[in-house]
Amino acid sequence: MCLAVPARVIRIDGDIAEVDFGGTVRQANVSLVEAKIGEYVIVHAGYAIQTLDREEAEETLEMFQQILGDTDA
Amino acid sequence: MYRFRDKDMGEKIIDKIKGLDQQLTLMHVCGTHQDTLVRYGLQGMLTDAGVDIRQGPGCPVCVTTPKEIEESILLAKSGMTILVFGDMLKVPGATSSLSQAKTEGSDVRIVYGVDDAVRLAGELDKDCVFMSIGFETTTPSSAAALKAGTPDNFHVLSCNRVIPPALKAIAEMGEIRLDGLIEPGHVSTVIGSRPYEFVSEQYGIPQVVAGFEPLDLLMGVYMLAKQKKNGESKVEIEYTRAVKRDGNPKAVEVMNSVFQVVDVKWRGFPVIPGSGLELREEYGSKNARIVFEEELSDLKGKEFPEPKGCLCGEVLRGIASSEECPLFGTGCTPDTPVGPCMVSTEGSCNIVYKYGKMS
Ligand code: SF4
Repeated sequence: MCLAVPARVIRIDGDIAEVDFGGTVRQANVSLVEAKIGEYVIVHAGYAIQTLDREEAEETLEMFQQILGDTDA
Repeated sequence: MYRFRDKDMGEKIIDKIKGLDQQLTLMHVCGTHQDTLVRYGLQGMLTDAGVDIRQGPGCPVCVTTPKEIEESILLAKSGMTILVFGDMLKVPGATSSLSQAKTEGSDVRIVYGVDDAVRLAGELDKDCVFMSIGFETTTPSSAAALKAGTPDNFHVLSCNRVIPPALKAIAEMGEIRLDGLIEPGHVSTVIGSRPYEFVSEQYGIPQVVAGFEPLDLLMGVYMLAKQKKNGESKVEIEYTRAVKRDGNPKAVEVMNSVFQVVDVKWRGFPVIPGSGLELREEYGSKNARIVFEEELSDLKGKEFPEPKGCLCGEVLRGIASSEECPLFGTGCTPDTPVGPCMVSTEGSCNIVYKYGKMS
């Protein structure tokens, strides 16, 4: 039940948003976050609990590669 | 996010961990981490690299006590409609389970979240009790719903708990040597990493907040191994795309405005100070334990033993593995569960059984 899944915000109407889980569109309550249309949120039990930072995701992967010595950096 | 599953990169991280040449015992506190470990076969790879990862008390269904389950069963038998997450249904209490109560005619319904529960209560003409379980990931939703307003017949049986005091309990009990803690990513999206800092400071335990993809977990392990090698103990965040040091202050504020911290027992543990959440006084008319005090009076002051022969308590404290339980896969299976760890999809026994069957 602790499962939480990333989804993209498509529409917001007050506390309720339409979010896209990779093709499946559902409603989620966004009253706990400051989400904007187009952003990714983490949804758990019908509530968005945090926004997801896509740039950070890229940076994390870059950091991994640096640690592993895959790049010149 | 599929790039966080890259196999070559995973193997390289394993090599890095091996290169540090240490024998480590780590603990994670999250059912989803357990799932990732077993589903992607990471556990075996890590064992070869000298790293033993134990599951701690990170499964909300599993740490719910037999007494809390008995409370819900008693309310169901007293004629209330019980609204509950599906994982909770089959968990044996002391006398029976909610699913058994349902078979015997009680009104027990599965919900997917608190909003679902509130909506159902709005459609029903009788008292409804939502069994609110979960850690800081889930509690803000229950709080937000109560804050937004719920029908008069909607009540909450709070079995919510918070993670940091449980970490303290584990560190103080000292039953297990802990070289590092992998902190739960989703709980941390809400509370941030700051509430874990005392564990590193006071007990010298390295910590990493990790995400849920295989590379997240492997990198989290590598970061811990490196801290250990360098003689450090601090809190690092691997899951930076979702976790900030201060978490989600809005969610924390909503949670704290509706719930207050209380001392509570966890399955397998004694009472852990400040580890439970109960509704604040202002929400007394929503608190099932107050509104239905009379119905629940038989349970007052009682505690119930855990199922005979079940090692869930030891599994949740990280001192036993599921396979070490003599009942695992024989007397206890997902169809005939003896303890909650075999029922919940986040329970170690359920996960090990499920993926063991598949391979
Ligand atoms: S296998 Fe069953 S009886 Fe054994 S610890 Fe797990 S849940 Fe309890």
